[in-house]
Amino acid sequence: MAERMGFFTDTSVCIGCKACEVACKEWNDVPDDGFLFRATSYDNTGGLGADTWRHVAFVEQFTRQGDSWLMASDVCKHCTHAACLDVCPTGALFRTEFDTVVVQPDVCNGCGYCVPACPYGVIDRRRDDGRAWKCTMCYDRLRGGLEPACAKACPTDSIQFGPLEELRARAGERLDTLHGAGVAEARLYGESPADGVGGDGAFFLLLDEPEVYGLPPDPVVTTRDLPRMWAFAGTAALSMAAAVALSFARRA
Amino acid sequence: MAREEAVVPKAEFRSYYGRPVIKAPIWHEPHMPLYLFLGGVSGASSMLGAGARLSGRHRLALSAEVTAALSAAAGAGLLVAELGRPERFLNMLRVFKLTSPMSVGSWILAAHSGMTGLAAGSAVTGLLPRLGTAAFAGGGVTGPLMATYTAVLVADTAVPAWHEGHRELPFLFAGSALASAGAAVMLATPPGEAGPARRAALIGATLETAAGHLMEHRLGMLAEPYREGPAGRTMRAARLLTVTGGALAALAEAAAVPSPRPRRPARARFSPLRPAPRAARPPSVPAVLRGMPAVLRELPAVLRGMPAQAVLGGVSALALAAGAVCTRFAVLRAGRASAEDPKYTVVPQRERVSARESPDPTPGPVPR
Repeated sequence: MAERMGFFTDTSVCIGCKACEVACKEWNDVPDDGFLFRATSYDNTGGLGADTWRHVAFVEQFTRQGDSWLMASDVCKHCTHAACLDVCPTGALFRTEFDTVVVQPDVCNGCGYCVPACPYGVIDRRRDDGRAWKCTMCYDRLRGGLEPACAKACPTDSIQFGPLEELRARAGERLDTLHGAGVAEARLYGESPADGVGGDGAFFLLLDEPEVYGLPPDPVVTTRDLPRMWAFAGTAALSMAAAVALSFARRA
Repeated sequence: MAREEAVVPKAEFRSYYGRPVIKAPIWHEPHMPLYLFLGGVSGASSMLGAGARLSGRHRLALSAEVTAALSAAAGAGLLVAELGRPERFLNMLRVFKLTSPMSVGSWILAAHSGMTGLAAGSAVTGLLPRLGTAAFAGGGVTGPLMATYTAVLVADTAVPAWHEGHRELPFLFAGSALASAGAAVMLATPPGEAGPARRAALIGATLETAAGHLMEHRLGMLAEPYREGPAGRTMRAARLLTVTGGALAALAEAAAVPSPRPRRPARARFSPLRPAPRAARPPSVPAVLRGMPAVLRELPAVLRGMPAQAVLGGVSALALAAGAVCTRFAVLRAGRASAEDPKYTVVPQRERVSARESPDPTPGPVPR
C-alpha cells in the first residue's frame, strides 16, 4: 500500500475563483449540475452532490463587529472511518491503495444507502443514471503519478495535495502562523484522528465555525453505534419470539 | 470577526444559508415504507406460522405461511424497483458485510423469502412435506430478523431522527410487524381459529404504541420531526389506528374468551326480547339510527347475524394494518424532515462539542 494521500484545503487563501470546480468537471467528465440562481452569494451550486465534486462556498456575513467574506472549496473528506463505504451493500465503494474512498461505477446498483449515511452530505445518486457518484481524489491521476485536477488548477495553493502526514504538519505550522498574526478564529477541521470519523483524508483550515460553511460541527461515522444497534434489534427480535410464544400459550 | 455564538441561546444555530448539512434519504414513497411494512408482515407471519404448526393449528399455519410468502415476494419486488439500477439487484449478494445492514438484510431477505416460499408452496400443494416442515422452521428463525433488521437499516445513517432513535426503532418495528402480521392472518383465518393472531396483534399494537411514545419522549428536540408537518400527521394517524385496532382486537378476544359455546346462550337470551321474529325488527333499531339510511338501520341486525368476533376482528385487522403502514410512512417522512433542516444536524452536534469543551455543567438550556 502506498502512503496515505490527502488534501489540505487552506480556506484562508481561497479567492473563490472556482477553478477547482471547473478542473474537476473537465477531468472527471462530471455532468452539468443545473443552471440555478440562488441569490444568496456567488455560490449557485449550493453544495456537493453527484454532479459537484468540488464546491466553493461563499459566506457573506454582515455584523456590527464588521463584515466578513469567507470562501472555501469543499470536497469529499475521504474519511478514515467512511460511513458510505461501511454501509455499501455491493462492495462498489472501496478503499484504494492511497487510502482514499472510491465508487466503482460498474458495480454500484444505485441502492442509495451511502447517501443518507454520509455525515457530510457528500455522495449522491445521479437521477438519470441511477448510480452514486462522488470525488475519487482523481484516482486515475494518482495512479499515473499526477496530483488531482483541483489541486493542480488552484492558483493560490489553497488546495494542497500530498501525503497526509506531511499535510498535517504543514497545516499545524500554517495555523501557528495565522494565530501569531492575530487571526484567532483560524482553526483546523477534520485533521484530528481522534474525531468521530477517525480523521479526514481531506481536511481544512477554516476561519469560522464549520456549520457556517455547511460542514457538521461534530461528525460521527454512523457505524460507530452499529454493534449497539444490532444488540437492540436482537433484543427486539427475541421480544417478538416471546410475544408469539405468549400468543400461543392459551388454548383457543 | 463576529463571535456572538457564546451569548446567543443554545437553540440558535448557524448554517450555510439554511441549507441542509447532510443529504436526505432518496428512497421513494411508496416503495420504501411499503417494503418496511411488508417485511414486517412477512417476518412476523412466518413466526405465527411456525407457532401454529408447532401447536397443531393447521388452518392458521396455512394462512400465516401464505401471508409470509406473498408479502416477502412483494417486498422484494418493491426493493428491486427502488434501486437506481434494478437490473443489478443481484450485486447485493456479491459480498456479505456485517457493517452494512443492507447487505445483511439482503441475505436475510433472500433466505427468508426462499424459506417462506418453500413452506407456503409445500403447505398449499401438500408436496414435499418434510422440506416444507424444515422451511417452516427456517422461516420461524429468519422471521424475527426480517422484521427487525430494517430498524437498523434506517438507524445506521447520519439522519438525526433515525440514528438517535436506534434504541426504540427496533421495538417500534417489531411491534408494528406483530400488529400487521396478526392483522393479515386474522383476515385470512376463520375467527374461531385466529386466537393466537389476535393476541399477537394486540401485543404488537401495544409494543408499537409504547415504543413510539418512548422514542419521542427520549429524543428531545429530535422528536419534532415525528410530531410536526406531514410526518407528524402520519404518525398521529398511525397511533389512532393502532390504538383503535388494538382495542378492537382485545374486544374480539374478549368475545372469544369462553370460546364459541357460551355465546350461544347469550344469543338465546336476546331472542325472547323479540316478540315476533321478523315483524319486531324495526322496534329493535336503536333510536340514534332511526333517521339513518336503510343500510345503516339494518346494520345492527346484520351484525347480530354474524359472530361479533368476526366483525370486530375484521375491523380491528384493517385498522391495525393501516396503522402499521402509516407508522412506516411516518418514519420515512420524519427522517427526511430531520435531514432537510440543518437545525437537527447542527444543534445536537454543537451541544456535544460544548459539553466536551466545558465539562462542568453550565446552566445552559440543554434540557434532556
